[in-house]
Amino acid sequence: MSTPEARTSPARGARLSVLKTYKLYVGGTFPRSESGRVYEVTDAKGQWLANAPRASRKDARDAVVAARKAFGGWSGATAYNRGQILYRVAEMLEGRREQFAAEVAAAEGLSKAKAQARTDAAIDRWVWYAGWSDKVAQVVGGGNPVAGPFFNLSTPEPTGVVAVLAPQNASLLGLVSVLAPVIVTGNTAVVVAAQDAPLPALSLAEVLATSDLPGGVVNVLSGGTAELARPLAAHQDVNAIDLAGADPEPATELERAAADNLKRVLRPAPEGVDWAAEPGLERMTAFLETKTVWHPIGA
Amino acid sequence: MPTDAAPRDAGRGSLSDVATSDAALRRFLQGLPGVDAVGLEARAAALGTRSIKTTAKAYALDLAISMIDLTTLEGADTPGKVRSLCTKGAHPDPGDRSAPRVAAICVYPDMAATARQALTELGADGINVASVATAFPSGRASMAVKLADTREAVAAGADEIDMVIDRGAFLAGRYLQVFEEIREVKAACGAAHLKVIFENGELATYDNIRRASWLAMLAGADFIKTSTGKVAVNATPPNTLLMLEAVRDFRAATGQQVGVKPAGGIRTAKDAFKYLVMVNETLGDDWLSPHWFRFGASSLLNDLLMQRQKLATGRYSGPDYVTVD
Repeated sequence: MSTPEARTSPARGARLSVLKTYKLYVGGTFPRSESGRVYEVTDAKGQWLANAPRASRKDARDAVVAARKAFGGWSGATAYNRGQILYRVAEMLEGRREQFAAEVAAAEGLSKAKAQARTDAAIDRWVWYAGWSDKVAQVVGGGNPVAGPFFNLSTPEPTGVVAVLAPQNASLLGLVSVLAPVIVTGNTAVVVAAQDAPLPALSLAEVLATSDLPGGVVNVLSGGTAELARPLAAHQDVNAIDLAGADPEPATELERAAADNLKRVLRPAPEGVDWAAEPGLERMTAFLETKTVWHPIGA
Repeated sequence: MPTDAAPRDAGRGSLSDVATSDAALRRFLQGLPGVDAVGLEARAAALGTRSIKTTAKAYALDLAISMIDLTTLEGADTPGKVRSLCTKGAHPDPGDRSAPRVAAICVYPDMAATARQALTELGADGINVASVATAFPSGRASMAVKLADTREAVAAGADEIDMVIDRGAFLAGRYLQVFEEIREVKAACGAAHLKVIFENGELATYDNIRRASWLAMLAGADFIKTSTGKVAVNATPPNTLLMLEAVRDFRAATGQQVGVKPAGGIRTAKDAFKYLVMVNETLGDDWLSPHWFRFGASSLLNDLLMQRQKLATGRYSGPDYVTVD
């Protein structure tokens, strides 16, 4: 975020600053919150950065409807195609590297060099997950040896609509690290951005919208994490929830609400997560169902 | 809203002789005041902004369910599908028996007997069987065929007949022909109620919808219905509001009450509430019952049930918790 003075060209005199209106991302479009509410987002030192929409439970409901609608097409797309689209997201991120580095620096109070490094790590994380799209089935699925004249094959299938509470402490790298593993396998996602640092997430939505990612596959909400988590955890049409960004105590409550329709729940790690470390497969396999097929050997 | 559609010279006495000749009928219908399209659309949009919450929402949800003509009008309809639709109409939410029944099951004439039998077996005789007739949806058949279609549906146990008007004749200005057709079909219905479908999307102008409304009501329709659900433009808030105003003015002029049925394109509880608000604001309590107002719909019921479940449990429901039809 540059200050108005920094953008002033001395030759042309003072220029009016053009402020960005941050919006939600639901179903491939950028609406304001249905409630009309916004809240102030500040940088790490408390300086005002922008107003972000404060989504309501109805926005969460609309986002789930959009995610459900997108699920058939996205889960039915070939793994190769999903990988290409995710790789495209990384390409688009690369093109806006400076903007994201500036937003991450402001949000997390980092030096320019450190913010740049985190942004690069986030882009590399997209590429890493994009590569997994057509490989994860070979690692977690396969042929099973059975004592009978059958081919017995297990394949992973996406769980469905996944609600994701993004980590509060890593506005871009953390977000990418929880979002990419959900969608790469064919799930669709409703993401609640970090409450105090939602701007990188809302800008990421603009990248997703221009990367051939079908509308509704990722829906980004900003606002009170607790306020949005409750209806999402209780929602009967959400199949899984990632509680990465929830505080420990409400997380227990959310798990209880999620139990009603047997949602898959990924609990927050009690000791915290180092988002920069190599992630492993856990976040992908947490939102996969194994389908096993028995087929007679025709001999 | 002023009562602007009742023609100034159309007192009780003069309405009885407007259909004595083609010329008289044309003079009457074309003498109806023109529709203020901008005002109509603004009024319909304004009435769509009401917020219906808590107890009022619970009342409106149950009222809307009880007003549904649960419809299946597909070439691929099978007796099994009609039977399962009847079961759904009798017990819309299997998990909550307090959900009200729908008003009617709407099918093609050859399925009317199947529907009647299924409803009897379910002990749901209170639900009517509505059958479309008169070469639905195009209405392009000879009068003899249309009347035979109607009689067959009534004989098969239909309590309500949804007829389509001959839009070709109407648009060509042969109003008396349309008038006589409605009268003859009404006679063929016997005790069954007659709903007259205009297919608003094919009538092209609001003025034509107003004319068709008066024409059908003069000819003895028990209900006027917006559309078949088979064309691009079906029920919209403005064209339904226009028909609501027509039945209001018709009662003021003649003392006879006529029902209204919007059909096609109403898919969400929110949409349904907009129509209920229009009925209440235009016609009042007298029409807020399944006797006088119906929704022609199929997917609407599922959304109403999901909203009902949300109200009962506090959690958002999903399509996994209602039946797939």
